[in-house]
Amino acid sequence: MAEEVKLFGAWGSAFSLRVDIALKLKGINYEYHEEDLFNKSSLLIKYNPIHKKVPVLVHHDKPLAESQVILEYIDETWENYPILPKDPYERAKARFWARFIDDKCFPAIWKAYWSKDEREKAVEELIELLKFLENELDDNFFGGETVGLVDIVGNIIAHWLPALHEVAGVEILTEEKFPKLCRWSHEFVNHSVVKEVLPSREKLIAFLRDRLESRSS
Amino acid sequence: MNQEQQDNLQNAQEQGVRQKIARMDEVILLDFWVSMFGMRVRIALAEKGIKYEYKEEDLRNKSVLLLQMNPIHKKIPVLIHNGKPISESLIIVQYVDEVWNEKAPLLPSDPYQRAQARFWADFIDKKMYDAGRNVWTTKGEEQEAAKKEFLGNLKLLETELGNKPYFGGDSFGFVDIALIGFSCWFHAYETFGNFSIEAECPKLIAWAKRCMEKESVSKSLADEKKVYEFVSRMRNKLGIE
Repeated sequence: MAEEVKLFGAWGSAFSLRVDIALKLKGINYEYHEEDLFNKSSLLIKYNPIHKKVPVLVHHDKPLAESQVILEYIDETWENYPILPKDPYERAKARFWARFIDDKCFPAIWKAYWSKDEREKAVEELIELLKFLENELDDNFFGGETVGLVDIVGNIIAHWLPALHEVAGVEILTEEKFPKLCRWSHEFVNHSVVKEVLPSREKLIAFLRDRLESRSS
Repeated sequence: MNQEQQDNLQNAQEQGVRQKIARMDEVILLDFWVSMFGMRVRIALAEKGIKYEYKEEDLRNKSVLLLQMNPIHKKIPVLIHNGKPISESLIIVQYVDEVWNEKAPLLPSDPYQRAQARFWADFIDKKMYDAGRNVWTTKGEEQEAAKKEFLGNLKLLETELGNKPYFGGDSFGFVDIALIGFSCWFHAYETFGNFSIEAECPKLIAWAKRCMEKESVSKSLADEKKVYEFVSRMRNKLGIE
């Protein structure tokens, strides 16, 4: 019944990888479709006409877009290995930090690495933002003892940020400044299920370096 | 202060704390009257019939309480439930729906419908505020572009609404709550942008009027003339002619 669940994603996209992680954690079989983001399929456009982006999850022929929306849907549909807490206040906190990562950290990361003019200011901003996350971490994962919503959404910090260090030569996530985040990042990328789907560090570095170079040319 | 006065003060403070603990549900909303985001929370609380204390914030002089309860964004709305803060309007609305779940469900029960509701609420969050703000803060070509984007987003929402009475279908729900606060800002957008939203999106205006018939909405939205005056003052402050 693998055709019941389809994922349209793109290699190298942290957002689409989040859905792979959630599906794998819950042991759900799915059909993966790789999208060429420079030549999007008509199917992707049909399933996500508003944003025309990956990831898109299609379940029983019904499409869903936006990674955080998809993650919550997956959690509500397949109840094993819950990625959101049951308690409403804890759920609100998880949603808050997930939004914080996407609305605040992600744009700052983008600017810190891709924009030469705004880099210094973006790095300062990112450091301030990451301090909030550092303070929030109490356990192995943001989700407690197991990987949860915030950890999955935090994949851009755990895996993409260290890769971008190599590519752009700007180091932000240091052990000195962020001991807890560094340990968490290590735990996350080495998690038995997560590491199966994570793109290899070397390949990701090459991919991001390619993109950075083609942007500046 | 002498010893007796000190004792009296301490007794009063302890009694205050005991009274606070005894109260079943203390709900405080930190808000700003004209905020379409704050309105979402007011509506959700009204839909559920929850009694709460409304605290108006002066955003140029934020209270210690606001800065303590939302140290990261320092923004309203913030809901404080039995001393615990929740920030971000859509997160607050979902929290309210999950805690006070005996009546007036705000999100659909079906997971796919729920996901669609979250998608559209997220769309409204990403697109509406900035596009609207650009309409009243710019002029000339920039303003024309802002109007085009603003109306484009509204038209997508109008298509999503279709012939349903509410975005939630037969009942008023999450996406309606996410969008309706913007409707009391329409008059200001139209006046400063010199265009008519009704001419472009009549179904959406009809939807807004339908929502306003609900007491939870009409009591929560700001008066559009007052919003216009507020925007007018903001434009003066920003030096926009």
